[in-house]
Amino acid sequence: MIGEPIPRREDPRLVTGQGRYLDDLGAGALQVAFVRSPHAHARIVDIDVTDALDVDGLVAIYTYEDLAAADEAGSSHLSEPLPLLIPHPDLTHPRTAYPLARDEVNHVGEPVVMVVATDRYVAEDVCDRIRVNYEVLPAVVGLDAAIEATHLVHPDIPGNIGAHMVQERGDARAAIAAAPHRLELDLEIERSASMPMEGRGVYARWDADDRTLRVYTSTQAATSVRAAIAAKLAVPIDRVEVIAPDVGGGFGVKVVHPWPEEVLIPWAAMRLGREVKWTEDRREHFISSAHERGQKQKVRVGFDDDGRLLGMEFQVWHDHGAYTPYGLIVPIITTTQVLGPYKPGAYRGEFWSLYTNTVIVTPYRGAGRPQGCFAMERTMDAIADYLGLDRTVVRERNFIQPEEMPYDHGLVFQDGRGLVYDSGNYPALLDKLKALVGWDSFAEYAEQARAEGRRVGIGLACYVEGTGVGPYEGAHVRVETTGEVVVATGLTTQGQGHQTMLAQIVADELGVPVERVTVTTGDTRRFKYAVGTFASRTAVMSGNAAALAARKVRAKALRIASEALEVDPSDLEIVDGVVRVRGVPSSPGAKTEIPLSTVAVLSNPLRYAFDAEAARATQFAVGGSSEEPPVAEDDEPGLEAVDYYSPPRSTFAAGMHAAIVETDPETAEIKVLRYCVVHDCGNLINPRIVEGQIHGGVAQGVGGALYERMVYDSAGQLLNASFMDFLMPYASEVPTVETDHLQTPSPLNPLGVKGAGEAGVIPAAAVFASAISDAEGFAITRMPISPSELFELRERFAAGEIPPLRSRSGHISGEGRFVRAKEDSR
Amino acid sequence: MTPDRGPTEQTHDISLTVNGVLRQARVPARRLLSDCLRHDLGLTGTHVGCEHGVCGACTVLVNGQPMRSCLLLAVSVDGSEITTVEGCTDPDGSLGPVQRAFMECHGLQCGFCTPGFITTIAAYLRRNPNPTPEQAREAIGGNLCRCTGYQNIVASVLRAAEIMREESGDAGVPAAGHGRGERA
Amino acid sequence: MKPPPFSYHRPATVTEAVTMLDELGPDAKILAGGQSLVPMLNMRLATPAHLIDINRLDELAYVRVEPEGVRVGALARHADVEHDAAAGRAIPLLAEALRSVAHPTIRNRGTTVGSIVHADPSGEMTAVLCLLDGEVTLVSRRGERTVPAQDFFVAPLTSAAEADELATSALFRRPTGAATGTAWMEVARRHGDYALCGVGAVVTLNEAGALTTVRTAYISMGPIPQTLDLTLEAIGSNGDWRAVGEAAAAQLEPEEDIHATARYRRQLAVVLTARACRLAAERAERARRAAPSHPTGGAGRTGSGVEGER
Repeated sequence: MIGEPIPRREDPRLVTGQGRYLDDLGAGALQVAFVRSPHAHARIVDIDVTDALDVDGLVAIYTYEDLAAADEAGSSHLSEPLPLLIPHPDLTHPRTAYPLARDEVNHVGEPVVMVVATDRYVAEDVCDRIRVNYEVLPAVVGLDAAIEATHLVHPDIPGNIGAHMVQERGDARAAIAAAPHRLELDLEIERSASMPMEGRGVYARWDADDRTLRVYTSTQAATSVRAAIAAKLAVPIDRVEVIAPDVGGGFGVKVVHPWPEEVLIPWAAMRLGREVKWTEDRREHFISSAHERGQKQKVRVGFDDDGRLLGMEFQVWHDHGAYTPYGLIVPIITTTQVLGPYKPGAYRGEFWSLYTNTVIVTPYRGAGRPQGCFAMERTMDAIADYLGLDRTVVRERNFIQPEEMPYDHGLVFQDGRGLVYDSGNYPALLDKLKALVGWDSFAEYAEQARAEGRRVGIGLACYVEGTGVGPYEGAHVRVETTGEVVVATGLTTQGQGHQTMLAQIVADELGVPVERVTVTTGDTRRFKYAVGTFASRTAVMSGNAAALAARKVRAKALRIASEALEVDPSDLEIVDGVVRVRGVPSSPGAKTEIPLSTVAVLSNPLRYAFDAEAARATQFAVGGSSEEPPVAEDDEPGLEAVDYYSPPRSTFAAGMHAAIVETDPETAEIKVLRYCVVHDCGNLINPRIVEGQIHGGVAQGVGGALYERMVYDSAGQLLNASFMDFLMPYASEVPTVETDHLQTPSPLNPLGVKGAGEAGVIPAAAVFASAISDAEGFAITRMPISPSELFELRERFAAGEIPPLRSRSGHISGEGRFVRAKEDSR
Repeated sequence: MTPDRGPTEQTHDISLTVNGVLRQARVPARRLLSDCLRHDLGLTGTHVGCEHGVCGACTVLVNGQPMRSCLLLAVSVDGSEITTVEGCTDPDGSLGPVQRAFMECHGLQCGFCTPGFITTIAAYLRRNPNPTPEQAREAIGGNLCRCTGYQNIVASVLRAAEIMREESGDAGVPAAGHGRGERA
Repeated sequence: MKPPPFSYHRPATVTEAVTMLDELGPDAKILAGGQSLVPMLNMRLATPAHLIDINRLDELAYVRVEPEGVRVGALARHADVEHDAAAGRAIPLLAEALRSVAHPTIRNRGTTVGSIVHADPSGEMTAVLCLLDGEVTLVSRRGERTVPAQDFFVAPLTSAAEADELATSALFRRPTGAATGTAWMEVARRHGDYALCGVGAVVTLNEAGALTTVRTAYISMGPIPQTLDLTLEAIGSNGDWRAVGEAAAAQLEPEEDIHATARYRRQLAVVLTARACRLAAERAERARRAAPSHPTGGAGRTGSGVEGER
């Protein structure tokens, strides 16, 4: 089961349109729309709802004043800012938003007024008629404006600086100064966003009889949303249920919580005594969810004649938008994962996390790693170019070697634990990549292409990814008396096939057919302690928790069966859901085997026999004498167990990508000819699911490198807040991905798995910059890049404003040195 | 399914034959077909991703032709035959060839965009039952997917064509213009 | 994103439609394909009080080859025009340009006449209409009139159609000459997106194979489609289509937007003009070779461009 590419259990439902996504629920619910700020920075003067009051179908209108009044009348906390989820000592100036804007708004899209109506059409009609008076303030847009700080986003946050952090090991500045060679790079990556196909949504129901609040939300962190709602609405957490239904993609944006809407919709439901639902539309998603990726970077390295890093200084200016609910996760990851598979010598990482009057910035698949990978990989290319070395040779020389594992970088990672790589074989990965893409024969191909007037280039990028971050996940496994196995885990699913992957693990551990295992995720009614789905952690965390829980169940089953069959537990095995004596052929009814369903009955000494199973069980005698209690002191009824997996630290996956691109000499259009991925995520539970994750990640990587960019004007208006102008790739833009695998099992967890969810996207910007640079003969330092931008760079290059690369595609001589290909006659 | 109607907006009585069944609805003129299918008729398989016609998640067949239901007013297609993803099963209710192909090829992850692909592909294969890999990729070129990177969806198109050929007893005609009969 | 409320009207005949337009006043909009209008309604960028749905006017659902060219009725979907075999033989440029209009699913509903009246300077068929000296027939209570393409496009999203006029058809004229070739080329960010620059080219040769006309039309290069006569430049450049492209670009004043700088658009105009003209010329030459030795008057041969070219 584990390791097999079985088809997904989720699919029959989903391909027939029987999915239950948020908006599919709550058919009778009232619906919500918001008046959102049209200004990037403004003071709210007043809100006039007079014209809206007579719209037929209006149910309620709420502003901040209503939240304040509710707090005063009860014990809710809605008039306070939303929680700061991940504080950090270096986040000296955090700020979070109010659920509805109080006195001012700090980005276009910030919610100001909540409208509840009979349906969404009417709710939008009402919103149109609400007049909010603003006093417009100067907007701070873009990193340059934030750094310059002529204007402030928040008047009490000097320099727009939310945080300034330094991490170092050794004396990087001294090492760089003393090194034989030095290079400095200025780099930039622009904003993009997760942009799942399904936006956010919340549907809440207050049961007055039960005094229970049930909230469905399209989230990646159901248990955390529950805690937040309970706290904010002052409902005992025991009386709050949060369920993540089918979720149409998350990619990080749905891990933020609570969104304002996640507390406001349940509040409205309680207040109105009605079911209330909010489904965001695409424009709302653009202007009021979250973005990521935007950074400016400066790299200084010192290296020797062989290209070995002696010291590296890395500075990042990170644009985190108007508020900081998710803390510093992204820039911390950038400045730690920048190291990739290399030994940097001395290292100093420093970042400033800055406010701007734009949408908040929280993790998007990769969560800061793409930016870090970009910085390191452009640096590696630059070193190679400087020394006239093949780009793979420089990297090889800097790799952490397999025998050096575990490798301690002496830094602190995003989980607050040491940045220690547990396993990996980077030289082997590179060999596989070079073979897959045909690295060594490319120069010849490039020359041939040049002779035909075509412009092609090859690039590569390597990354390491800390996955399976803690603190824990848990799983509950229960064998029902029908023989069905029910599994529940608290984290959530947005397309990763958890219901299949976890079923495979449990089926394997228990010895039951996978078809008999049903998995629920993200439902606090079924599992209450969890963290969430992000950071490529599900297989590692819930996978291992499920394995551990299943092992407990298995042990108990064998114990009970061994009593029933009067054999030693070590003589038993479980095959196809039947516990039987090893080596004895199957023979139902014989006293050498007992189905798990019967064991389940036996585990629960009931007074009443409800069904055939219970009746059948009576043929077996278990338990001690009639003197002892039916359920022993250290035992419980039921064939079930809960277990948790809590890792000592993250486990490190790795991968390398290569791309061959062609650029049109006249139009600067960029075409991807080949895209190769080699990656290592330890043991694979379902290879097909893993490959699907890689394909999807690569597509987002292509999008982020060549198409996607959030464009703000200087007034803070998002100019491309629609799919027409925010360009996500169609099938015509995404190449076929060629993959190869390496498996270095993780020594940190029982299943030996590492995370795979973000692998596809991490090195994309770097690999395309590398390939386009190779094609064009000058370094690309800013991504994404469009044909228009490439054309403008070519003009500047032709005018001598951009230096040429010293070397172009060539070949490696016998001594491992790079020999330049023939110059073309441009 | 229609929530308690506060609005006194003028409504229109329309009938649509959806997946072979005659359905009636009373809708305001501005009711999008996507919302009519989902909320008035309870067929939530058709999904809404953008409401500006770009993502394709809402694609249904109108008189056999794929169209964006988010760009159609329900009243405007009064009297039409609509096929949604729910109607892409075989007549006996079992999974249709496109649906089966998606399952076999891991052509979906979160499943949100999938209904729009399934209807589009079902219609496409009726017109071109023998696509090359390039044609298959072009056939799905108007629908966005954020999860799969399209590779397995292309494979699903080709596999669906294969299933349809197998089931119609066709020995297997080489793909149009391709000659080698290979698959991507 | 839901449309604002409006009153809905569904005429059964053109006369009814025109009467409604007149009576309902300027705050009424025609709904044909809706692929441009409905997104605007959904975003509440358009808030008409009345919508006149002409999708039942079957009398307008035609694609007809006439002596002068191809006449497309107001209700003909892009897909109808694209797949009409007779129209394809008469004016192959129609199908070639239509393949760049959005995606097939949009083309199944959007109408060619509708996109022309919408007058988006990035709409391919506006430039094709101009290039082929086309015209639009408008009907109102006041009568019927025909507006030539060169007068039809007034400003971005503004055509010469008055508020009370219904466009009933558009005529695309067959290029005349002994042998003609056409081509459509564009560069867009993604397949199906609005073009950063789109060029249609018509090249006409005499029986001896010498250039007699070279004309181009552009989308996304100005507030309205631009049409250029490059005959002199082409004849003077003696086969150097790149020079013709430069000459063309010099006459255009594109603007910058978030997807492309003006300078880059100009570059595209140079390159695409050259490529489109070269291809059109090749097709014209092929048509000339395929023609009988005596031309058939006004209805010359047009290169079809289906022989597996780029």
